[in-house]
Formats: sequence, C-alpha cells, structure tokens
Amino acid sequence: MIRFCKVLAALLLAIGCTFLAPSVRAQSFDEALQKFTTDSFSDTGTAIEGIAASGNPRAAEIIGALQEGRLFFHPEARKVYIRSADGRTLDAATGNAVNEPSGLKQVRLINRLRGMVQAAMGSLTLQSPNPQRRFDAAQAVFKSRDAAALPALQGALARETETRVRNALAEARAAIILHSPDAKETDKIDAISVLRERGDQEALATLSGLPAGSPPSVVKLAADARSSIEYRLAIWAAVQNAWYGLSLGSVLLLAAIGLAITFGVMGVINMAHGEMVMLGAYTTFVVQEIIRAHNPALFDYSLAIAVPLAFMVAGAVGILIERGIIRFLYGRPLETLLATWGISLILQQAVRTYFGPTNKEVGNPTWMSGAFEVGHITITYNRLWIIVFTLAVFVALLALLRFTRIGLEMRAVTQNRTMAASMGIRTSRVDALTFGLGSGIAGIAGVALSQIDNVSPNLGQGYIIDSFLVVVFGGVGNLWGTLVGAFTLGIANKFLEPFAGAVLAKIAILVFIILFMQKRPRGLFALKGRAVEA
Amino acid sequence: MARRNAPIIRTLDKGAMAFLFLVAVAAIAIPAANLLLPPSSPFHVPTYLVALFGKYVCYALLALSIDLIWGYCGILSLGHGAFFALGGYAMGMYLMRQIGTRGVYADPILPDFMVFLNWKELPVFWYGFQHFPYAMLMVLLAPGALAFVFGWFAFRSRVTGVYLSIITQAMTFALMLGFFRNNFGFGGNNGLTDFKDILGFNVQAQSTRNALFIASCIALALCFIVCRALVTSKFGKVLVAIRDAESRTRFLGYRVESYKLFVWTLSACMAGIAGALYVPQVGIINPSEFAPGNSIEAVIWVAVGGRGTLTGAVLGAILVNYAKTTFTSGFLAEYWLFLLGGLFIAVTLFLPRGIVGTASHWWRERRDRDDAVAGDAAARPAE
Repeated sequence: MIRFCKVLAALLLAIGCTFLAPSVRAQSFDEALQKFTTDSFSDTGTAIEGIAASGNPRAAEIIGALQEGRLFFHPEARKVYIRSADGRTLDAATGNAVNEPSGLKQVRLINRLRGMVQAAMGSLTLQSPNPQRRFDAAQAVFKSRDAAALPALQGALARETETRVRNALAEARAAIILHSPDAKETDKIDAISVLRERGDQEALATLSGLPAGSPPSVVKLAADARSSIEYRLAIWAAVQNAWYGLSLGSVLLLAAIGLAITFGVMGVINMAHGEMVMLGAYTTFVVQEIIRAHNPALFDYSLAIAVPLAFMVAGAVGILIERGIIRFLYGRPLETLLATWGISLILQQAVRTYFGPTNKEVGNPTWMSGAFEVGHITITYNRLWIIVFTLAVFVALLALLRFTRIGLEMRAVTQNRTMAASMGIRTSRVDALTFGLGSGIAGIAGVALSQIDNVSPNLGQGYIIDSFLVVVFGGVGNLWGTLVGAFTLGIANKFLEPFAGAVLAKIAILVFIILFMQKRPRGLFALKGRAVEA
Repeated sequence: MARRNAPIIRTLDKGAMAFLFLVAVAAIAIPAANLLLPPSSPFHVPTYLVALFGKYVCYALLALSIDLIWGYCGILSLGHGAFFALGGYAMGMYLMRQIGTRGVYADPILPDFMVFLNWKELPVFWYGFQHFPYAMLMVLLAPGALAFVFGWFAFRSRVTGVYLSIITQAMTFALMLGFFRNNFGFGGNNGLTDFKDILGFNVQAQSTRNALFIASCIALALCFIVCRALVTSKFGKVLVAIRDAESRTRFLGYRVESYKLFVWTLSACMAGIAGALYVPQVGIINPSEFAPGNSIEAVIWVAVGGRGTLTGAVLGAILVNYAKTTFTSGFLAEYWLFLLGGLFIAVTLFLPRGIVGTASHWWRERRDRDDAVAGDAAARPAE
C-alpha cells in the first residue's frame, strides 16, 4: 500500500497535471530551498532530497549548480542564488537575473552530501526528455543502488515508452530492491530474475554482496543466477576472444600473404616486405590529404581510391627492387635477406626524412567508424570490414593463381623452376611479376592497417616477424597454408593473452612454432615431391 | 693428418700472427697513451676514447662469434644479439649486487628497481650473483644453455637456411618483449644501470677503464686463437663441408646436427663474453640490446670484413662502428641509416667476399699468376 502511494505520489509529482499538486509542490520546493540557508550539513542534505523529490523544473539546475559549487545563499535574507556559468547572479527559485547582494556565502558540501547530490542528479535526469540521457541515468542508478532514487525510478518506469530505457529502469529498480533491507521477499525474487536476464558483469556484481539477513531463498536464487550468468559470460568471453583472434588473423593474413607468394616462388625472404606495407599506409595518408585539400566530399571514397594506388606504388617499388638488386642474388638466399634488410632501412629512413618521424593521422571513412553490439560483445565496423576485405583479397589471389596464365606460370615455377624454364616459361619475368604482386598486396595491406594502427615509419616492423612465423607455420607454396596459419596464430594468440599476458602469449606461440617444426619442418601445407629439396 | 695433433701455434699462419700482434699492440699502446702521456701531448688518448675502443673490441668479439658459425658453418643467425645481451645481463646482475647500500633506496640486498616495484625479497634467479666467479659462470652458461636448447631443437629437425634465420630473429624479438616487462625481474624498460664498482674497483675510474680495455683485448685474442684452432682442425674441415654441402656431409656419415650444435653453442658463449665485457664499459644494459636490428647489424660487420676469415669479422666490426660513431655524432646523423642500408646492399652485390676475403683472394690470384709465369706450376698449394 505504501509502495502504491509512493508510485502515485511520484506520478503526480512528475507529471504535474493535477490542480492540487502545484501548490503542494511549490510549498515543499520553497521549504526545501530555504534549508540551504542554514549553513548546516544536515539541513543541506534535507534540502537536496526535498528538491530532488519536488519535481520542480528548476530542480536540475539548482542541484547542478550545487554540484559545481555555484550555489550561494544569503543568511539574513534567507534566499538562495545561483551564479551562472557566464558570471550572472540568478534567483534560484525563479531563475531571474538579480543584482548580486553583498554577503553571499557558498553552500558547502562534504563527501556524504556529494554522494547525495550525485544520486539526486541521477534521478532528476531520469525525467529528461532525451531517451539516451534517461538510459544513462538509469545505468547510473543501477550502479549506485541508491534507495533514495526509488520513487523517481518508479515514476519514470510508469511513464517510459521505449523498451530499451524501460528495461534499464526495471533493472535499476531490481538492483535497489534486492539490496534494500525492507523489501518483500517476492519482490526480491522478481528482482533476481530481472538481473539474471540482464546477465552482464555488473549484474553479477549486484547479485553478489547481498545485504546480511536476506531470506535464504533469495540468497540461494541469487547464487543460482550468479552461476548462470558466469557461465554465459564465459561463453561470451570465448566468442569475444575468437572474434579478436579472427581480426588479428586477418591482419596477419593480409601482411603475410604477399610474403608467402614471393617466398614460395622465389625462395627469397623479403625483409623489406614490412616497408611495402608502410608505403601502402602512407599512400592512403597522401590520398586523404589531397582529398581533404581539394574535395572533402570524396572522403568516404578515399580508401577505394587508395587501394589501387597503394597496389601500384608498392608493386612498382617491388619490381624496381627485384630488377635492381634481387635478381643478382638468386641462389644466395641469405645474402638476399641482408640486402633486403638494407632496402628496408633505406625506405624507412626515406619516409622518416620526407614525412617526419611522427605518426600520421589517417581518418576512418564514416562507413568504417563506429560499432554495434551482438549480445555482450562489441564489434567495430573497421575490424569487420578488414576481415571482409582480407577474404576478398584472398579469394581474388586464389582466382589469379588458379585461372590466369601468369598464375599458372607462378605455380609451375614454385613447383620446379628448372622444369618450368625448360618448358619455355620466362622465369625471370615470372620472378619480377611475382615480386611486384607480393609487394602490391603488401601495399593493399597497408591501406587496411592504416585504419587500425598508427601510420609511422616503423609500421611495417611490427608485422614482419609475425608474418614470417605465419609463413613458416603455414608452409610455403600454398595459400591455404597461409590462411590456416594466420587464423590459427591469431586466434591462439588471443586465447592465450587473457591467461598469460600479451608478451608471454607471443613467446608461447614462438615456442610452439619451434616445437611444431620438429614435426613438420616445412609447415602445415608443405609441398611434396621433388620440389622440397631446392 | 699430421696437423691433427699439432700444437696450437702451428694453426696460426702469418696473417693470424699479424692480427694477434696488432691486438697486443693496441692492448698496450692505448692504455699507455692514456695513463702515461700528459693530456697536453698530441698522442694522449682521453679516457672516454679508451671506453669507446673497448666497446669496439667487444663488438669485434661478437662479430668473431658470428663469423665462426656463418663463415664456417653456413648458419646465419639473426639473433646473436640475444646471446650478447644475456651475457651482458649476467654481468649487469653482478654489478647491481655490488651496489649494495649505495643505491637510492640503500637496500643492502635488493637492487633499486626492485625496491621501487615494492618487491620484498630477491628472486631466486638473482641468488649468487654477488659472487664474481658465479656471475662469470653465468655469463657463459646463460647464453650457452639457451643456444644449446634452441639449437638442439632447431638442428635436430633440420631447420636450415632462411627458416633458421627467421626463427633466431623471432627468438631475440621474444626475449626483447620479455625483458621489457617489469615483472620479468630484470629492471624492465630501464634495464640495469648506475653501476658502482667491479671487483672492488670503481667502474668509472680511469684505471678500471684501461683494465677493462685490456681484458677485452685479451678475450678477443683468446677467442680468436680458439676459433683459429677450431677451423684449421679436422673439425673445422667438417664444418666447411657442412656449409658447402650439408646433405652430402650427412650421407658421408658425419652427425651434422652434433657438429652444428657444438659450434653454435660455442659461438653463443663467445657472444656472451663479449656482452659481459661490454656492459661495464658502457655502464648500462637494457632490453633494446635484444632488438632484432642490432643482431642484423652485427651480421653486416662480418659481411663487410669478409666472412670465413675471422680477422675480417674483427676488421668489419671496428670499421663499421667507427663509421657509425663518426656519422651519428655529426650533422650527418640523419643519413646514417641510408649509409648503413646502402652498405648492406653494396656489400652483398659488389663485395660478397668482404674486404679481407677480397684482398686475400686477390693476393692468392696474383701469387698463382706469378707462379705460373715462373713456370713452376707444380709448386701450387693443393688447397
């Protein structure tokens, strides 16, 4: 019965559409306001509560001013003033600007009162016309579990039309009821089922730490709900890890796939591969700079423009390197490794000299920014698009190798160079094109990485070792090996991280690969037959 | 075959003797010029230069260890910096324990960074490092054990060529990540520094610096003799056979893995000694020593000097580092990486034998030509 009255009262106060209410409210509001002028902490507390409960349209402003230390009072006149943000003095009761009387004193707060102010603000914003603010306020109440907010909550709940906010309000109410010592057992049981429905980390926190003296049935149900939530959260955590792993794997795949091609066809480790990725990222940066300067409307298409350009820039540099340096070093893979390391140093320093050593700002187009939620995990659009993009690149490359003339020649050279040459394939041309293709794909990877990583001269360095491990793990000469290798390492890394930390996870992966090479020295998908002993 | 039991002195040819002589001259002349000559003398060597030369000698020793495996066994390690750094950390731990109560927090047992991290007691792996002999043992054992385990797995499964290079690079990268962490117990990002004294002598003192320089020269000379003895022995011939035709050597009945593992572990120990001598002379050891770039740079020293020559590795290390010091301290600092990168490319393309290799090749050709002119073809050495 009492609860019903409270609901009724809150409703009346909040909607404020009866004849009687305004005078009652006006009276209680003025009375509450008066309490600020006594300069006693307990009276200030009463005032805060009274104003919050009054439903007066000025309540939010007054409490807000109090929170920011802008509420003043005149002890003799017993009037309260607000100093607005722009320095004017307003009458707190009416909101009209007045001349500042002399002898104003600030309403002082202590920590206990600050807590009350916060709770009051929470319940006041529950009445905001903006649904997002109501939702946030409900969440705040859910966390604070402040019993004083209950009436306001009940009122808001009765009026609420949006399901999302309604649920949040119901959960907040459940949290308060569960922790209030005088709520009825049946109400508490209902509250537990509401919280169980919510099922996240905060619900878990609310369900644990019940007040002493809760009825045994409630305690038991809460424990049940907790274990059910924990189980669900564990599953979601696994899903989240798998998602992160897929995301990392796609990045690794993008960085490693070009490397796998060049290594497969030419047996050459290109230590400058990471710098091709960096060139792609810088191409994106330059494209975006030009678009910003000349035609900002095209910004959403910047990546679509950057992808072919990055492919061409990195591919051209790759062909240049192959024709200029690497072709003189065939049959000497270790020397090639050193020469390409030299190239990587030069490219890095060249970019550092030209663009400067600092990180460059590469923006996300609108369709790549933001996130959405699936269950309890957050999926950002840029990660999602990168996975899609990676798979598209992979499929395109697979098709190229499978259905085109040059793809056929590449496969032939990978399997047996001498035989391919004897059959009339110009292996040196295949080498140059392969190197160009591998570098071009690295450039495309750079476009994708520019969306999730810092664009700096060191960008490529961070990926080079990981992509080598992918190639070593997956095996040479087979793109599927690279795919499986990249996603395995990505997912394994993310599943190990929560237990071991990022660094130990990396070390563990390395040890695993070394042990794996005991069993299969040539990777998961090794070429068989005579091609093995090069 | 008669040379198998020959005394070590026999393994040192004219070039090697000349090299040892030069090292001896440096070990005597530089400290003498520092200690005996007055600062006004034009031949006076300031103390900071002694430390700098000492650093070069340590680098030369690292290069020597790389040349032993790359030049004679064809194992290109891109992770030798890891062994160097491990040796350095072992020495650094000894030096940290010597600080005692003179640290900022004046804790008699715990080094400063542990007090700062609020650790209550010394981790087990720090035990014993207050004793110099134990620390020196660890200088050899820590890199040696890592190399043994790593090599045992890698060589047993016949990981060769670029695969091995990449795996060694990943190894040093992983160690770098590990040592950067505070809870690893090696000072994290800052590493170990602020050393006070070594064997009771002040690390900063002029005499100590000279003594460390001489010690580095002695270590270099001893390691050189060991390497030289090794590569001129029958064992060394097998190593070269493995380098040139691994499968064939295996089919001839040699246990290729054991040969590789031995020389790999030995080389790691040498790199560890180099690191241990390096740390007191530069006064700090931190995880950036593990950076993969450092290891590759050390490989290029060997390539510049000439792999498979031993003396070339030392020469290359000193030349490249001298160039680095000159370049990075002036207005040309920005262009150093261009030069270094260009060096990588130029040496592999145009000077695959390196300086010493090219010179001795040229020398041998000329001698052969002279012999041919003299019509004494029969006198050619049967190499």
